Amino acid sequence: MTGWVLATLLLYVLSFAAYLRNLYVENKAIGLTAAASLAAGLALHYFALMERAQLLKAVPYEDLWGSLSLFAWLLGATFLCLELVHRGRAFGPFILPLVIALFSLSHFRDVSPHPAPARGALFALHVTLNILAYSAFSLAFVLSTVYLIQNRLLRARKPGGMLWRFPPMDVLERMCRSSAFVGVLSLAAGIACGFVWADRLHGHYWSGDPKEIVSLLILVLYLTYLWLSRGTAWRGSRAAVLCLCNFAFVLFSYSIVNIYLSRYHRFY
Amino acid sequence: MEIVLLGLNHRTAPVELRERVAFTPEKAGRAAAELRERGVLAETLVLSTCNRSEVYGVPQESAAETIPQLERYFASLHEMDLAVLGESLYRHRDHGVVRHVFRVAAGLDSMLLGEAEILGQVRDAYMAAYELGATGPVLNRMFQAALEVGKRVRTETEIGTRPVSVAFAGVKLAEQIFGKLSKHCALILGAGTVSEQVVEHLRDRGIARLLVANRSPERAKELAGRWKAEVIEWEKIEGALAEPDMLVSSVGAEQAVMSRAMIERAMQKRENRALFLIDLGVPRNVAVDAGKLYNVYLYNIDDLSEIVEGNKRARAGEIPHVEAIIEEHVLKFQAWQTGVEVTTVLRDLRAKLAADKNAFLRERFANSGDLPPGEQERMAALAEELLEQLVISPFEKVKNERDLRKRIADLEAVRRLFGLDQEKM
Repeated sequence: MTGWVLATLLLYVLSFAAYLRNLYVENKAIGLTAAASLAAGLALHYFALMERAQLLKAVPYEDLWGSLSLFAWLLGATFLCLELVHRGRAFGPFILPLVIALFSLSHFRDVSPHPAPARGALFALHVTLNILAYSAFSLAFVLSTVYLIQNRLLRARKPGGMLWRFPPMDVLERMCRSSAFVGVLSLAAGIACGFVWADRLHGHYWSGDPKEIVSLLILVLYLTYLWLSRGTAWRGSRAAVLCLCNFAFVLFSYSIVNIYLSRYHRFY
Repeated sequence: MEIVLLGLNHRTAPVELRERVAFTPEKAGRAAAELRERGVLAETLVLSTCNRSEVYGVPQESAAETIPQLERYFASLHEMDLAVLGESLYRHRDHGVVRHVFRVAAGLDSMLLGEAEILGQVRDAYMAAYELGATGPVLNRMFQAALEVGKRVRTETEIGTRPVSVAFAGVKLAEQIFGKLSKHCALILGAGTVSEQVVEHLRDRGIARLLVANRSPERAKELAGRWKAEVIEWEKIEGALAEPDMLVSSVGAEQAVMSRAMIERAMQKRENRALFLIDLGVPRNVAVDAGKLYNVYLYNIDDLSEIVEGNKRARAGEIPHVEAIIEEHVLKFQAWQTGVEVTTVLRDLRAKLAADKNAFLRERFANSGDLPPGEQERMAALAEELLEQLVISPFEKVKNERDLRKRIADLEAVRRLFGLDQEKM
């Protein structure tokens, strides 16, 4: 592990500990420490990504591990933005383990040079936007899970101590919709970039690749979620369950489709 | 520098007695002024709430002499016999006073453990006394520390976070479902003590609209006038259910007023928008199985009471954390207080040594015949320099070493050793 990686990991662990502590005893100083450590960790993580790119002699997402690292970085960054907008620190203990796990996994192996042809800025944007969409969908998944737990506690009339620490259900729903909305926008823009890039390279937009089909399906599924969760009889826990199910497709797309089914896509 | 406290509270006196010794702001101002004018206290502060009447002060003389004077004044001010008051009064001195006021500000001495209002009341009492010029360096420092303790306790522990009344628990649950209530509507069915409290909390939290329905149209109008609510005719309740997000029911009825079918039809009209039902009626007003409907949250009086009991236990569990914060600040205050006292002793010591030095020089110069010109001034300057060296070092040590301030426990012994009391006398 390089210095950047170790320092990043330490900051993420510190941030996780502070978020967890803040969940039990809400304290402004501890909350700020958690957010500041996460921000500092993300800054160092950026340099770790740059370092990986230099060692790979390619973009960091050229291999699976680099792609995971970028995923972790975008997940942390999206969460930090969401925290700043909605002032919801209670999710830190749920998001940070994911970030730490993905980051640690991505630096599990030594990096060996993996030179790849330069594909240009449009391609880089296509990949980054798609991974940003995955991060936003991951956040929506966590938020939906917390929503469902809270809903279960409230309906069972057993609101435990932790319940008072979480944002209200209404806020959770809005946060979840915000995340899914960011995911949908990123994915739509990412897919569009991919189509334009493919057209420039191959002369056609659509190549019928399973990744293209699954990505469009995910887009439709999350659009459906956004519509159903906002003012129809499905609002509430049903929409949250749909959000969880949708994430299964995201995982499928990121793992099985990337590794085994797609002809043109690798780890993004 | 002693501090005294005389007072009574809900633990030591019944409400009948507490209301007789309550201080109005005018009475508190008068007491603060008179106690200083009569030379009983050098600094004074009166803290009077519905649960306590307390007088804090820094005595002009010793605390042992001051407390009986304070008791007599307290009884005469409230036109009461001291024998009646005596058993209910508590008296604290020095660190006992500091610990007590910190516990009060932290909410540990309140009837409702950890309640938030007391901190505001302590702040108001302090500001009132400060503006009257009744406080001085000691009470200023102590009450500022008490306010800091109160704030720390509420941000660093959970002593005041969870609701401990049925009505507030209901409103907090509503906020947990809907967020801010400023865009929401509540329907109140019937009327009862707890419903009234719920309405008060809802209004405090800025509920956008209140609807009232009652079997008696006259009573409905009266309640609507009092709560600034809109009246819904009793027969039209079901139709009106499409609008409110929250329903508080407290109707005396042998059978449920709201059946599952009624709620189900309302939920269809609402397109499953969440509905929070608080059923305070006994027998229950809302069919139990209505709670199983999608997006319906149904709580009865027992559910809320259970939550409140759990929260009370959780608050009590926070007491050790609160006590630790209080103890930390008591020690801090003690160190400050000792520092001030030691500085006073050293100042007195310096004055005494300077007087001794001057007397000594006068005597020696008188007996030493003719000295060369300027020799007397040179010797006086040397003696002054020596005195500065002797006193400055302990001054600096006391100023910089907090631990030392704590360890200098018996200042009276130091005074006696150097004969400082005789000098004062």
